[in-house]
Amino acid sequence: MKGALRVAVVYPDLLGTYGDGGNGAILARRAQWRGFEAELVQAVSDDPLPEADIYCLGGGEDGPQVRAARSLVDDGTLARRAGAGAVVLAVCAGFQIVGRSFPGAEGEPHEGVGLLAMETVKGEGPRAVGEVLVDVTGLHDLPVLTGFENHGGRTRLDDGTTPLGHVTVGVGNGGGDGSEGALHGRVVGTYLHGPVLARNPALADVLLSWALGGASLAPLDDAAAERLRDERVSAVSRRHRRGLHRRTGSDR
Amino acid sequence: MRAQLASVATRFVNATSRRLGRGQGTVAGGRVGLRVDPELLEHLSTGRQVVLVTGTNGKTTTTRLVTVGLGASGDAVASNETGSNMPEGHVAALAGTVAPRAVLEVDEVYLPRVLTATAAAAVVLLNLSRDQLDRTNEVRMVAGRWRAALAAAPRTHVVANADDPLVVWGAGAARDVRWVGAGLRWQRDAVGCPSCEGRIEFGEGGWACTSCAFARPVPVATLAVAPDGSATGVWSDGTVRPLALRLPGRFNLANALMAAVACEACGVEPDDALSVMATVEEVAGRFTVREFGDVRARLMLAKNPAGWEELLDLVAQGHVPLVVSINARVADGGDPSWLWDVPYERLADRTVVATGDRVRDLSVRLHYAGVAHTTEEDPVRAVARAADHAAGAVDVIGNYTAFHDLLEHSA
Repeated sequence: MKGALRVAVVYPDLLGTYGDGGNGAILARRAQWRGFEAELVQAVSDDPLPEADIYCLGGGEDGPQVRAARSLVDDGTLARRAGAGAVVLAVCAGFQIVGRSFPGAEGEPHEGVGLLAMETVKGEGPRAVGEVLVDVTGLHDLPVLTGFENHGGRTRLDDGTTPLGHVTVGVGNGGGDGSEGALHGRVVGTYLHGPVLARNPALADVLLSWALGGASLAPLDDAAAERLRDERVSAVSRRHRRGLHRRTGSDR
Repeated sequence: MRAQLASVATRFVNATSRRLGRGQGTVAGGRVGLRVDPELLEHLSTGRQVVLVTGTNGKTTTTRLVTVGLGASGDAVASNETGSNMPEGHVAALAGTVAPRAVLEVDEVYLPRVLTATAAAAVVLLNLSRDQLDRTNEVRMVAGRWRAALAAAPRTHVVANADDPLVVWGAGAARDVRWVGAGLRWQRDAVGCPSCEGRIEFGEGGWACTSCAFARPVPVATLAVAPDGSATGVWSDGTVRPLALRLPGRFNLANALMAAVACEACGVEPDDALSVMATVEEVAGRFTVREFGDVRARLMLAKNPAGWEELLDLVAQGHVPLVVSINARVADGGDPSWLWDVPYERLADRTVVATGDRVRDLSVRLHYAGVAHTTEEDPVRAVARAADHAAGAVDVIGNYTAFHDLLEHSA
């Protein structure tokens, strides 16, 4: 790879509501800790989206989500870079944006960037809010994902679109099939906050390895993250068994 | 008659629950009272001058400051001092007192309802930012509800922070607004224009939308902090009033200025109000130095990124070890992802001990922030451990329930 690895946090001014900006910071840090040069760019919505190797999109409120999607479609850089093999991690509102369409505040459909073959509609009933555990099926050898979801939309994957995995706790895509997130090439979408890469360093390293041309990555000291994972997985499974988990918006 | 019965029931249940040692005795009685008379808050507010204080951060402190400030009039002033800021707490604060004035802290989502019930003489709007996202609504939606409620209350004086665009939107349709230049450290929830979907730009001494006419209104009073930390409130008529507080931090100076303008709107001289506010040393345990055995700990509360932004300014000046305690119980919100919106990188030179129910989330955050730290699951032991590094004095910051836990365990 020539030059520094560029990690762009996409529109932190619009898609920065749920701490997902941490994902970009984590990717840059993990690259730097391994001796790679890495640059973290906060790409605000006023400016043209910069060229980058990894794009991270986070959660946001309804109005800002619509504005972010419009800007990304008009700007064109995200679709072009994704087509050229850049890595995209899209979370929550950001996940919905990279699909074909997503709902605005009144449920009206808006055009997405179209990196993932899926559609999101406004869910009936309460928002899906709570801890999530996901068995990963779309990527090899990844341990269970832990995260926190908070969304009103339901995402339906087209036939043939690969989900990231299946929820064992929580709602996930909410389309009735138990799927969570979606994958296509180097584009990964998920509803998990936490941020998702803080709780799941193995997923962070999959994205990094893609961006670094398949480089094998030296292990890091992830003791703190492992302790967090152990606690979340056991606390959530325990609560789930007791039936106290809020599984709202799911018809499963 | 019904109101009297409800009022008596409120007091009886609260006194009983206090005697039984079940909490501070405000919610249970209030709930019973409201069951007996659903319009109890309306009835208890009749004939009193009621001031409501709301916003994401600073509610409890500002409520206290307005309460003592109005007390400068010589009148008795009732208040929900225990921080129960929903209608149950409000009726509990008013039942059984004949105080002619009352100052009520109000949860930001409940403001419209409480405003209607109390026909408040004045409402203080401090700030609006992300907090407990798994419980509360989007901040823009809250601002919109304030706007509608205040437009329908033409007799209410509104005291509002001119530096927070969301607050200005919320207050903007009210008939009488006294804008206060109180400052806004955390601006990340206010970038999108609430009026037109354009973009708010912040600059030296103001803000404006780049696409419409929505802009910072002209304040009647503005906070001015000198480089040496001394502060004044500058009124638009040229009067300069010194703000001397025992409470620390820029945000408390802002709270005091808002409180002084609220007192002025209620007919109390701001000079008189400010001189009493200057004597307040602590508010519901915040900023107090408490003792854990032989360790002296300064206790502080920060429950969201905006609150942390202000407190980091304050503690960054200190050198004593810092204990950070984070929970994610119901009153805190169940999702501590917001830790990633706090610039903990600024603590890199401090000795930090992480603790609380969610110490593991905090530890991962500090790890990536480059903050060397130790972890200790038990908050009281965490204070003791932090003190090992220093001569028995530490700073402690907790979020809502973490702070209250530590307060209970200290002397």
